[in-house]
Amino acid sequence: MAAVAEFDSVGLRYGTGAEVLRDLDFRLRTGAFYFLTGPSGAGKTSLLKLLYLAQRPTRGRIKLFGEELSEAARETLPPYRRRIGVVFQDFRLIRHLSAFDNVALPLRVAGAKDEDVEGPVREMLAWVGLADRASARPPTLSGGEQQRVAIARAVINRPELLVADEPTGNVDADMALKLLRLFEALNRLGTTVVVATHDVHLLKKVPDSLIMRLDKGRLSDPTGALRYPPRRQAQFGEARG
Amino acid sequence: MALDRVIRRNQPRFGAERSGVLQQARLGGPMPWVIAIMVALTVMAAAAGLALSNLARNASAEIAGGVTVQIVEAAPAERDRQAEVAVALLRNRDDVSEVRRVPDSELEQLIEPWLGEEAGPAGEAIPIPAMIDARLRGAVTAERLGALRAALTASAPSAKVDAQAGWLAPVFHAISSLQWLAVGLIVLLGATSAAAVWLAARSALGSNRDTIEIVHLLGGTDGQIARIFQRSIAVDAFVGGIVGLLLGLIAILLLGRQFAALGSGMVAGGGLGVPDWIAIGAIPVAGVAIAMLTARITVLAALRRIL
Repeated sequence: MAAVAEFDSVGLRYGTGAEVLRDLDFRLRTGAFYFLTGPSGAGKTSLLKLLYLAQRPTRGRIKLFGEELSEAARETLPPYRRRIGVVFQDFRLIRHLSAFDNVALPLRVAGAKDEDVEGPVREMLAWVGLADRASARPPTLSGGEQQRVAIARAVINRPELLVADEPTGNVDADMALKLLRLFEALNRLGTTVVVATHDVHLLKKVPDSLIMRLDKGRLSDPTGALRYPPRRQAQFGEARG
Repeated sequence: MALDRVIRRNQPRFGAERSGVLQQARLGGPMPWVIAIMVALTVMAAAAGLALSNLARNASAEIAGGVTVQIVEAAPAERDRQAEVAVALLRNRDDVSEVRRVPDSELEQLIEPWLGEEAGPAGEAIPIPAMIDARLRGAVTAERLGALRAALTASAPSAKVDAQAGWLAPVFHAISSLQWLAVGLIVLLGATSAAAVWLAARSALGSNRDTIEIVHLLGGTDGQIARIFQRSIAVDAFVGGIVGLLLGLIAILLLGRQFAALGSGMVAGGGLGVPDWIAIGAIPVAGVAIAMLTARITVLAALRRIL
């Protein structure tokens, strides 16, 4: 099956410190739904950074969308970034823009005209329950509302790969479920979804998801053996080598 | 909304504390005023340089080919005789286009401020040389001057011949130095403006770092981000440029009036022509271009440091 991402002996260290990610070998199947689990400090956010091209690996090779990008010239990366949606752990909303403009940002970066922005953004805000908060700026939104704006921004342009770092950390159980349904809906449309979480209860909410577990920088369970409830290994993510 | 609204234009680089009416934010911040002052000074320096250039050109044209013949003779009758001979000789030469003996009354006026009314040719308290103003066809070279001198002294032994350009050479050297000074000032002011924009752009980059990072991670290109800054600084530079141009023009007009009041023939040659005014009008445009280019280079250099 085609892979949206391929990691080959990937390692990552910051500065001269120890490696935070070691010997990562795995492929993300196109159209699959992955949970990335592991304790705090295991390297989940670092792995996601490699996936959304915010960081280069210090060793190994990374292929995204079939292209080797670990050493690609930086000028060539923006078009690939536009194919990736990211939900940051700290939301990273632009404080001086309204919720509407924050959600519209990926479309505008991609060069969409104003008339092509209005409808989809309103619809997306309604979907995450923020139709009446479109003109509110992030500092006036609650943590949960900010998270929903961040998610709406990540999915507005129907990315091929969605990367979410603890996307349900600040919302109640009902909203968490609703957001997962949104991810699933996107997934059914062909988007590969990677959700980093240490909320084990979340894992059972998406029946066909695959699980990757990071521990001390190593992908200790790339086959999804820890998935809840357990399923046969062959159905899970493919380990390389 | 265009992408440029994403980056706050009213961050510390332009001094405003919060968003709102952009014009107010710009005029409230230092950058348009810094640019206005730079443009005003550049306009004044350029006007001075152009006026000096015109003055030098007009004066050169006026004295080109000019030769002064003095008959330095104490005896008035002999002086007059030799002057008549010299004038006749000059009029008969094909390479001389104009000859005029400076009248005694004119000489008296020239020396009156220094030597008093009775010192001139009429009073003969002090013998004053007879002066002949001649103009040669073409430039006055040392060879031509030597030949003329030889011809004149053969018939009028008291004749002394000088090229007018030679007398004014130190003045032209001084004017040339002042022109270079004006050029140097313009270059320095341009560099200072660029430095101010560089600092402003860096400050804006710092205050918008998070926003830039987000736009970058969403697939924004360096060019897109740089254009946002360029557009923003262009508006500020334009506003500052217009204000600076107006300030500079007021200064030029006031100074122009002062110099015109001097009534000196040489200073009158330093007036500004249409091409000069066009050049001065182009200074704010150049200012906007320098500001935009500086902002672009600064932003692109900073962006290259992130993946």
